[in-house]
Amino acid sequence: MLEKFNHLFIFPEYFHGVHLPSLVPYIAVVGCVGFILTILPMLIWIERVVLALMQDRSGPNRVGPRGLLQSTADVVKLFFKEDARPKNIDVSLYHIAPSIAVITSISAAATLPLQNIHFEHANGVPFTVPLTAGNVNIGLLYILAMSSLQVYGVVMAGWSSNNKYSLLGGLRASAQLISYELAMGLALLCVIVMAGSLQLNKIVDSQNILPFAGAPEILRGSVLCWFWIRSLIVPVVVYTIAMIAETNRAPFDLPEAESELVAGFHTEYTSLKFAMFFTAEYVAMLIVSGLNAAMFWGGPLPPLNVVPFTLIPGFVWMIIKIMGGVFFYTWLRGTLPRLRYDALMNLGWKRLLPIGLVWLFIIAGMNLGTDLLIERYPAVKNLVPQEARFTEPEAPSSASPGQADAAADEPEPVQYNALSNPGQPAIPISRTLPARRVR
Amino acid sequence: MSGESVGFWILSLISVFSAIMMIVTKNPVRSALNLVITFLCVAVFYILMSAQFLAAVQVIVYAGAIMVLFLFVIMLLNLGSPEALIEKGTIQKPIAVGLGIFFVVLLIWSQALITLPQAESRAEVTQFQGTVEAIGLSLFNPKLPWLFPFEITSILLLVAVIGAIVMAKRKV
Repeated sequence: MLEKFNHLFIFPEYFHGVHLPSLVPYIAVVGCVGFILTILPMLIWIERVVLALMQDRSGPNRVGPRGLLQSTADVVKLFFKEDARPKNIDVSLYHIAPSIAVITSISAAATLPLQNIHFEHANGVPFTVPLTAGNVNIGLLYILAMSSLQVYGVVMAGWSSNNKYSLLGGLRASAQLISYELAMGLALLCVIVMAGSLQLNKIVDSQNILPFAGAPEILRGSVLCWFWIRSLIVPVVVYTIAMIAETNRAPFDLPEAESELVAGFHTEYTSLKFAMFFTAEYVAMLIVSGLNAAMFWGGPLPPLNVVPFTLIPGFVWMIIKIMGGVFFYTWLRGTLPRLRYDALMNLGWKRLLPIGLVWLFIIAGMNLGTDLLIERYPAVKNLVPQEARFTEPEAPSSASPGQADAAADEPEPVQYNALSNPGQPAIPISRTLPARRVR
Repeated sequence: MSGESVGFWILSLISVFSAIMMIVTKNPVRSALNLVITFLCVAVFYILMSAQFLAAVQVIVYAGAIMVLFLFVIMLLNLGSPEALIEKGTIQKPIAVGLGIFFVVLLIWSQALITLPQAESRAEVTQFQGTVEAIGLSLFNPKLPWLFPFEITSILLLVAVIGAIVMAKRKV
């Protein structure tokens, strides 16, 4: 019966002459933006309620059931507020800055892997298309580039407001972003070395494996195969600290420290412009939590490969993991005091960066050592995660332009299909050596 | 006219305009931001030529890191009113104009502007040459001549880092 239920989620390639796989990116765009913009008021509500629970007070409880409509009321208030503007500002930069902050943070969502959608060719061959707005080869670099562009919104706001608190907040924010980006990148590099790809969907796929040969099928793509444990836990800790510092949240919220800087870079902003900075901050939280989920926590994979978990679609798992990240943010905000500024810089440059560098060496050495051991003693192959590596570049196609386009659109068929043949180890155990070692 | 060339012309207008604005603007922060726009346009040019990796690196390194440091320095120096920065009565301006004219004449005389090399391959063919895998494999291939310069460059960067630390920490 469950088999039949699963087959409901396998779509035909053509539906009334419409090529369904090519519609998937548009669904992803609409879904991403819609989800982000609708979850925002809820996110603020979640944060306030969780904080209230942690601090043993009642929290929002006036508007709607359990204060659920409080954020809506706040948004309406922000809409109708007067747009006050200080004197002697740099007018155009002052107006552009909030939109730059929002645009860069929302557009980073484009390459997050949400789900694999299963299709069937007319001849019955199943294939999957990732539900991603832009399934590009450099997905991870794209997210990093967008998050590094987020500095400009903050810096421009701080500089154009003609206010010393704003300027100091902007400077602090950009310094913090630059210094924690390094630690973040190193933690992500550990995963890239293990997965062998920058494409987030392939990174998720390389977590969908058996932890060792002969493991029960229930463990395929389970918690044990995700990179948080396979990269030996340290990178996920480094990344989590760095991601909180990247988004300027407590305990690293120095750029908007109320006791020192009034409100930091958005001191002089009112009404909707202030709301846009608020939006940008929460969207950035969602994005870095999503990247954390995809890189270290299996993305859309269920925690165990058994029926009640596998019936839940992947994007729901992704949302659950993202919300876990948001809860972690709130938890830290409720428990930890704000760091001093020099302590913040020391943590970034003198602790996280060296740890990240050393761990990158360890991970790379571990990979290389496993390869050498397997070359020497083939039995070792059964002890390590049974993975398929993505080292071979796709061959340049010499076909005519039209055919090349069609080939680029067509997704490559994957061998293992969790829905169509559960219980069969379909990925052949072939652990190829990295191509660089082939002379 | 394909979509690619439409994008190229629009972006080249934007990038040339912001490059000129970068020189003309008197406000240093604004001219730095104009330079950022030029860098972003160049990144999109790379994507148009299917060099995805180069585009991402362009954004991350130039727009995301180097220009932020520039802005940082400009803001911390607090250069005051832009009018104070205008130099008067220097010989720099006539020399710059003369050299610029000389450069354009040189370009025209050497026919570099007329005999531009023609592209040998199309974007559809080269779409796999700009990926991270392709660049990495050709960069670290011992049969190709790029491995040695790459490693030498990394040593150069290491020397620069050590030098910066030595210079900064001299008086501890």
